[in-house]
Amino acid sequence: MSSSEFLPQTQTHTRARVGGWDLLGSEISVLFRRRRTWAMLAAVALIPTLLAVAVRLSSSTLDPGEGPPFLDRVSQNGLFVGFTAMVVAIPLFLPLTIGVVAGDTIAGEASLGTLRYLLVAPTGRVRLLLIKYAGAALFCLVATLTLTVSGALIGAALFPVGPVTLLSGDTISVTESLWRSLLVAAYVTVSLLGLSMIGLFISTLTDVPVGAMAATIVVSVVAQLLDVIPQLDWLHPWLFSHYWLGFADLLRQPLDLGSFGQNAIVQVCYVAVFGALAYSRFVTKDILS
Amino acid sequence: MTGETQVQGLAIETRGLAKKFGSQTAVNGIDLMVPRGSVFGFLGPNGSGKTTSIRMLLGLSLATSGTISVLGQSMPARLHEVLPHVGALVEGPAFYPFLSGAANLRRLDTADRFAPRGTRRARVQGALERVGLSHAADKKVHAYSLGMKQRLGIANALLLPRELLVLDEPTNGLDPQGTREVRSLVHSLAAEGTTVFVSSHLLAEVEQMCTHAAVMSAGSLVAQGTLAQLRQVGESRVHLRTPDAAGALRVLTHLGLDPVLATSDAADEVVIALLGDTNWQPEAIVTALVAGGVRIRGFAIEEPSLEERFVALTGEGFDVVQ
Repeated sequence: MSSSEFLPQTQTHTRARVGGWDLLGSEISVLFRRRRTWAMLAAVALIPTLLAVAVRLSSSTLDPGEGPPFLDRVSQNGLFVGFTAMVVAIPLFLPLTIGVVAGDTIAGEASLGTLRYLLVAPTGRVRLLLIKYAGAALFCLVATLTLTVSGALIGAALFPVGPVTLLSGDTISVTESLWRSLLVAAYVTVSLLGLSMIGLFISTLTDVPVGAMAATIVVSVVAQLLDVIPQLDWLHPWLFSHYWLGFADLLRQPLDLGSFGQNAIVQVCYVAVFGALAYSRFVTKDILS
Repeated sequence: MTGETQVQGLAIETRGLAKKFGSQTAVNGIDLMVPRGSVFGFLGPNGSGKTTSIRMLLGLSLATSGTISVLGQSMPARLHEVLPHVGALVEGPAFYPFLSGAANLRRLDTADRFAPRGTRRARVQGALERVGLSHAADKKVHAYSLGMKQRLGIANALLLPRELLVLDEPTNGLDPQGTREVRSLVHSLAAEGTTVFVSSHLLAEVEQMCTHAAVMSAGSLVAQGTLAQLRQVGESRVHLRTPDAAGALRVLTHLGLDPVLATSDAADEVVIALLGDTNWQPEAIVTALVAGGVRIRGFAIEEPSLEERFVALTGEGFDVVQ
């Protein structure tokens, strides 16, 4: 170590551990510097926008209960745009974006070849998995918030805004309903955490990011298919997608957090199981990319 | 490589290092010994197991059998202690194409928990300067040429002062000017005391850059030592160009050499003779030839080249040995 001008303290063989979790910041900045990420967020924001514009332009009024839940109420109260958009986006569109981000985590680095450079830096393999998962989880949050916020904005722009009548028949103030919107966003974010970990696990299996993305999306579709087969009702409570639409419970008075809790438990189980699988796969993996 | 190396210690030492992929053996029990402070050429044709060995040295892939010690510590068990002191370029550079060169280096630097944040910008700038990429620091990497990516890869290995640099084919894709720059960079790093482990399939490169070398062939280590030791196996020889081949053969035989007629093109014929253990000085041979009436159009004593040795060890041509 003759040229340790940068690190005068490193005379010995062990170098001081600095930097800490800088890689997490770097991971987030790389994620949000990709055009792909912004394109997906723009598409997410487009869902409530399209929905609101379509309702605004059509002259016919829907009968109560027609179309997706809440759609019939949109024209009376703009605050329902966000809820309706969430119902529309959760089965396919949000899982699709999560599939892209989570499927890309490890496989994307492997296909670029940067995985080997991250590992010889050295980034610990466990640390890299945790950081990659944190990045995917953050994307879940940002995507659902994007949908909620753009829904509220476009709803307020095109429709009257006023106190919201809940599913239980009670009426809550505008401020209260905005809080409920954020709670719905939190619910949906939690809903997607299990799928994110499944995507991370699949991503450790391959060096082809597109394959991992597609497989993750397929898994989410299959889970929802299984959820509608009555013969498999014993399995339903254990499907990560089972409570995806359960956020309607957050639109009752008094607030019912039961499904929030059940959903969270299922998601934690998936995170634990697939986290363990990803760990056991990745720590012993030969990095040949 | 005995007494001296033991005093200095080894930067890399493997014992019976082997890697199998299914039934195929990529690396077949190699005992690599890289002395500290050396510039060590890891030579072998494409597909001879160089990169697979390097992956195992760096803990990227697990050895099927055998032990590895890098900088005196066992790998991959002590990976977190060892790798902060190792800079590496493995199987070509790899970067995020949508980030600039400097942003790429900063990203990879954050991956090293031992790299201080405070000096990150300065270190990135310094490394870019060192490989002559300062002007392209803010350009996106997808606009880089292969040679520029290669330089950026080397810059990444130089972000911190290292005890060991592992450079896998560092001059790949570089123009002659770039190749020279890499060579002088390696020399200056070695002068600072860094051990440099360079893999290459180009013999000339190793000959110009390295103090030691090892030769891989079909997954086995077929030779290793200082360049002088590797050369010793070959012999110096006389290379004579003359129109009087018959006379030359007679004179050289008379001197106790064993000359052969190598080629005979239009005007000149070429006579080659191994010097063997005769102690003839070149001028004495020329005097004898002139005295024997042989007209000399060209005369040289050729030192044994590493190339012959290399070819002898690894086989000629493009056959990738399976």
